[in-house]
Amino acid sequence: MEIEQSYIDIYKEFAPTLKANSAEVMNRNRDEAFARFEALGFPTQKMENYRYTDVRSRFAVNYGMNLRQVSCPLSPSDLVKCNVPGISTHLFFVVNDTFLSCPSATLARDMEELMEKGVLWGSLKEHAEKYPELVARYYGKAADVENDGLVAFNAAFAQDGFFLYVPKNVVIEKPVQLINVMHANVDMMANSRNLIILEDGAQAKFLVCAHTMDQVNFLCNRVTEVFVGKGASYEQYKLEQTNYKMNNFGSLFVKQEADSHVIVNESTLHNGFTRNNIRVDLDGEHADTLLCGMAIADKEEHVDNTTFINHNVPNCQSRELYKYVADDSSVGVFAGRVLVKEGAQKTEAYQSCKNICLTKDAHIYSKPQLEIYADDVKCSHGATTGQMDDTALFYMRARGISEKEAKMLLMLAFMDDVIEKISVEALRSKIRLLVEKRFRGELSKCSGCEICKE
Amino acid sequence: MSENIVDKVTQGDYKYGFVTDIETEIIPKGLNEDIVRLISQKKGEPEWLLEYRLKAYRHWCTLEMPKWAHLDIPEIDYQDIYYFAAPKSKPSPKSLDEVDPELLKTFDKLGIPLEEQKQLSGMAVDAVMDSVSVKTTYKENLAELGIIFCSFSEAVKDYPDLVKKYLGSAVSYADNFFAALNSAVFSDGSFVYIPKGVRCPMELSTYFRINAKNTGQFERTLIVADDDSYVSYLEGCTAPVRDESQLHAAIVELIAHDRAEIKYSTVQNWYPGDKDGKGGIYNFVTKRAICKGDSSKVSWTQVETGSAITWKYPSCVLQGDNSVGEFYSVAVTNNYQQADTGTKMIHLGKNTRSHIVSKGISAGHSQNSYRGLVKVSKNADGARNFSQCDSLLLGDKCGAHTFPYMDIKNDTAVVEHEATTSKINEDQIFYCNQRGISNEDAVGLIVNGYAKEVLNKLPMEFAVEAQKLLSVSLEGSVG
Repeated sequence: MEIEQSYIDIYKEFAPTLKANSAEVMNRNRDEAFARFEALGFPTQKMENYRYTDVRSRFAVNYGMNLRQVSCPLSPSDLVKCNVPGISTHLFFVVNDTFLSCPSATLARDMEELMEKGVLWGSLKEHAEKYPELVARYYGKAADVENDGLVAFNAAFAQDGFFLYVPKNVVIEKPVQLINVMHANVDMMANSRNLIILEDGAQAKFLVCAHTMDQVNFLCNRVTEVFVGKGASYEQYKLEQTNYKMNNFGSLFVKQEADSHVIVNESTLHNGFTRNNIRVDLDGEHADTLLCGMAIADKEEHVDNTTFINHNVPNCQSRELYKYVADDSSVGVFAGRVLVKEGAQKTEAYQSCKNICLTKDAHIYSKPQLEIYADDVKCSHGATTGQMDDTALFYMRARGISEKEAKMLLMLAFMDDVIEKISVEALRSKIRLLVEKRFRGELSKCSGCEICKE
Repeated sequence: MSENIVDKVTQGDYKYGFVTDIETEIIPKGLNEDIVRLISQKKGEPEWLLEYRLKAYRHWCTLEMPKWAHLDIPEIDYQDIYYFAAPKSKPSPKSLDEVDPELLKTFDKLGIPLEEQKQLSGMAVDAVMDSVSVKTTYKENLAELGIIFCSFSEAVKDYPDLVKKYLGSAVSYADNFFAALNSAVFSDGSFVYIPKGVRCPMELSTYFRINAKNTGQFERTLIVADDDSYVSYLEGCTAPVRDESQLHAAIVELIAHDRAEIKYSTVQNWYPGDKDGKGGIYNFVTKRAICKGDSSKVSWTQVETGSAITWKYPSCVLQGDNSVGEFYSVAVTNNYQQADTGTKMIHLGKNTRSHIVSKGISAGHSQNSYRGLVKVSKNADGARNFSQCDSLLLGDKCGAHTFPYMDIKNDTAVVEHEATTSKINEDQIFYCNQRGISNEDAVGLIVNGYAKEVLNKLPMEFAVEAQKLLSVSLEGSVG
């Protein structure tokens, strides 16, 4: 408990500061969450869900925490260059764990129009102060503080983050983009919280990018809660391209009502240590979910995607597709669990995980699990781990394509299944480009992005 | 409609539920060092074996029963079990005449070809009642070829070097909770040694039966196949109907040397408890094969229809280059039965291959889980695995679960896993109905077809029995 103890001491000493710099709604259950964390501690590898990923030791670094929420001397214009060419987005920034508010009120026209329709977006802390009832209705209602030490830790320490509320039948055409930037000159930890609410019939696409600006140790423990109303449609694309010193913990909790439609795509192109927890609850009939993700890992990188889909009601559909390429001595982990509750008949659940191991030191662990308590279901899972097809390589080499190039083509084709699932055309081509660059070893610098220059 | 059929299934009777009225010799209940010493003494064991038992017992004392399985296991009081029970007949019968006639009747009822005239059926049988091996047939015929097939305690006396060399080499006493328990108190079992270059001409077979009340059965099977040999081994299990649950914690160790092949088939039909889930056997068995030599092969085939709780993972450690491990399983659970079974394939050698086919069928209120591990170590170049696990659900109160683990640490490995879960298609039933096949027969057909891939792997004699078992276990079955 030594590692936990230092955080427990911090909380005990600084709880009033923490609370003073957050909103009342977020403070309501803070002490309870902290008590839960005290009891749970950080997850250990003895726990089935954390078998292959050592979370605890990641917290052993002596990180700084921005408990006073001192704002960062950064202006959005410094960061704005990190956009996706070819599409415009509604752009927001979270620096470390603080929402970066726009200094000038130069809101784009379409943003204003949406806000007139009742769309709320921006700092979670500010909105929790302005609309306590709305936020209180959802905040902490999906996150599993009870059983997961990381989530409890977040609930105890998170003070701010991003908030998005889309009222009934409002459609946001342009993707909403959130750029998470880690910026500090000392080792830094950020606990931020995102809350996304789509009312019945609403539609939104949410794009999340993670970046680091400095070569110090970063740890980010982020919890995102998403509530998708009846017939609503929500898509989330997350792109991680940071550096080897970044530790990213993302817990995503999605609750879906009837006829809703959700896509979550998490791509880890470059990140020191990633652990994504995704939990989807299908609470209304005829809802469907698509989870997909890819990971390209090299050196000592570690990528772990753990998903848990709960089919609570009949007639829902879920699909999962994960692809990994592990190079050098990197580790890739996929653990997927689908639970079909008693009575959730006519469920369709498909799970697929495909991996390529490039070296002897790279490890891939896959654990696709089905737990089924209803009889009229169609569930399947498939998992493969292998390497590139020798005959395909030979075919290309016979036609004068160098081995390196041929291998790259095959890997690109391998990843394309996941990229294809992206519905935003411009984003698709951008990610395709990034993946290619990644395989070429040109690393993760996104073109035109000032902040990723290493 | 289908509800009625489920009811019928759940009322299928356990036909092996008789108790044989034989005097048994039991020792006091409970477990402590003295009991371990007493068991060893009763069996007239050498010092080294007693030491082994005591080491295992001391290790067991430091362990706690594991809780990770997807099973709901009632608290087991390890001090409330008789750890040794033996039919009280004359020591080591020389011929059939000396065997207790009651015992013979028992085996008659089980249809075990224990008697000499059954020689034509060509099966050598070692029958283990409660914990003691009562009769091994055809020992002489096999001895001519140099094959050793005898009870474990005889082997300890007659071939101490072999036993000493191989005991615990596949499953060490420290392996897990139940392995430690078994290593401390195991009473008997079978020992097989196939010498170099010998192909065992007949199927070797052991029947296990728990008879006495409140006893646990802790048998131990050790099979060693030397270079270029082949053996096919069958194991069958039954128990009487009792209200209390009984513990069965066995160990099976297989060792295959260069180019040797071992085929191990199990038809497990321990008493599954009544239709309210009362009584039944807890079947917690550790089975492991070491493919020690190059190009060796081990094949596990199991048909699991009995036991209140089944918890076992017959595994292969593929140590030799080019060695092959196979696992074929049909697990049927009904009423309140629970099963958490599967396999482990540990690839260590180069170009090792493994193949897993698991078919789960759950009905009633039962829970049926497949749990499997495929591990490819760093140096296992060219390892290949294919796993398929299908689950069939009959009824909406049962559960079917799949927990595969794949740990790959080699870039040349190809590992594939496939799983499906479904119920019997109404179209298929309708198709049969249309052609004048009743619902029950249609389901029987479909289930048998579903399990065929595995049943085909069983030796002839067992295949017939297994098919019958399947239809008894799922009598009537579901639409």
